[in-house]
Amino acid sequence: MTPADIRDEILDILEDIAPDEDLGELKDEVAFREQLELDSMDFLDIVMELRKRHRVQVPEEDYGELASMHSTVTYLTPLMKDLQKA
Amino acid sequence: MIATPRQNLPDSQRIVITGVGLTAPNGNDWKEFRDSLLNGRSGVSSYEIRYVGETLAGVCDFDAKRYQTKKDVRRGTRAGSVGVYSANEAVKHSGLDWENVDRSRVGIYVGVTEHGNVETENEIYELKGFDYDTQFWSHHHNPRTVANNPAGEVALNMGITGPHYTIGAACAAGNAGLIQGAQMLRLDECDVALAGGVSESIHTFGIFASFKSQGALASHEDPTRASRPFDKERNGIVVAEGGCLYVLERFDDAKRRGANIYGELVGYAINTDATDFVLPNPERQAECVRLALGRAGLAPEQMDIVSTHATGTGLGDIQECAALRSVFGECENTCVNNAKSFIGHAMGAAGALELAGNIAAFADDVCHPTINVDDLDPECDLPGLVLNEPREMGKPKYVLNNSFGMLGINSVVIIERI
Repeated sequence: MTPADIRDEILDILEDIAPDEDLGELKDEVAFREQLELDSMDFLDIVMELRKRHRVQVPEEDYGELASMHSTVTYLTPLMKDLQKA
Repeated sequence: MIATPRQNLPDSQRIVITGVGLTAPNGNDWKEFRDSLLNGRSGVSSYEIRYVGETLAGVCDFDAKRYQTKKDVRRGTRAGSVGVYSANEAVKHSGLDWENVDRSRVGIYVGVTEHGNVETENEIYELKGFDYDTQFWSHHHNPRTVANNPAGEVALNMGITGPHYTIGAACAAGNAGLIQGAQMLRLDECDVALAGGVSESIHTFGIFASFKSQGALASHEDPTRASRPFDKERNGIVVAEGGCLYVLERFDDAKRRGANIYGELVGYAINTDATDFVLPNPERQAECVRLALGRAGLAPEQMDIVSTHATGTGLGDIQECAALRSVFGECENTCVNNAKSFIGHAMGAAGALELAGNIAAFADDVCHPTINVDDLDPECDLPGLVLNEPREMGKPKYVLNNSFGMLGINSVVIIERI
């Protein structure tokens, strides 16, 4: 998966876990929490969906890497580059 | 305190209903529900659920998004959504100045037959796709399945910081929630009680499968004819979802704010068979009815409407009728009916919904019927049965509502017209 594919995948997950939010205006450099109503359970949902959909494991010490779209894609790119886009 | 004859109670100990919020399979507010009961509209339809396949159920179609965001619905449970909808509707109906109500003085008492089965079944179903590797088990499982969930979701949604919990009382839970609310008002633990019951039970295959294994799951080629308490051809229970929460207040508080009062809880009782896991005990049921009447200081013949619990099982209906015959056998003017014939068995919500369906008679002076009785079982024949067509009454003053459950829990409430 390319960084663009990963971004699409994260957007898809966010649409599920934050269904009331308008994600069209999401700024990649700004923390999710500053733009969306996300709490710790929602971040765990992102972790769980990555695990369920792609068997990607995000260890607890790396949760901070999921702060913004940019940091998330940067973090996941090496972990997901060999995966096929669904 | 609870044994005090109601005639001697000061206004600060008298408990009244000032709001009703509900969703039933045949109505999403009190008026619509009542209209369905008076016009023979069933809420039972074909229904499919995993593993069990095609069956029947009482399904609600309330708009959960009226009071919840999509995210709230996703994160919570169906029982939570039913509770949130019912509670908001009840408060709206009560005319309380909600913005200025001290939320720390509001209590939430929600009766449930069961809770957590739906979410547990869903998680195990999902987990099967991951070869039962528990690292794929949801972190939402615990907050969704804790027993207080349906009441807690109401608290979260409405910013209520008083006490909240559920009352697990099998199918007696709707009455039990109401009784708990009244007791907490009398103890001054709260000033407003949101009390009643909810059911999400149609979303657990286990409840259908268990009734089927027990030989107690109804079937009929016409879903609307499947729930038929007292009829010779009855063959079991139609499982339903739904909810009904009341706004309860002390009489002096309600009077002070000029609230509309829809009835006063003048008597109640809960007792236990202590005889069987499943089979009811008519002696204990009759005792429970008499206990509630005694506490209310009322005689059986004063009851205008007796709302039965009967679920449409072969033996259960006969047992309840035996209990009622022993108490009301000589009461020629007491009407007897059953709301499950319309909506099926709404489990934790049943008692609360069935009561709401009947206290509406205080406004229109009509007793709703029991539908689907084509051939009355002689063993279920009671003097005042109202069958298939509503019956005009004089001015009904008292409704007695039965609600019984597994493990032999019996509950009765008596509401007086104010």
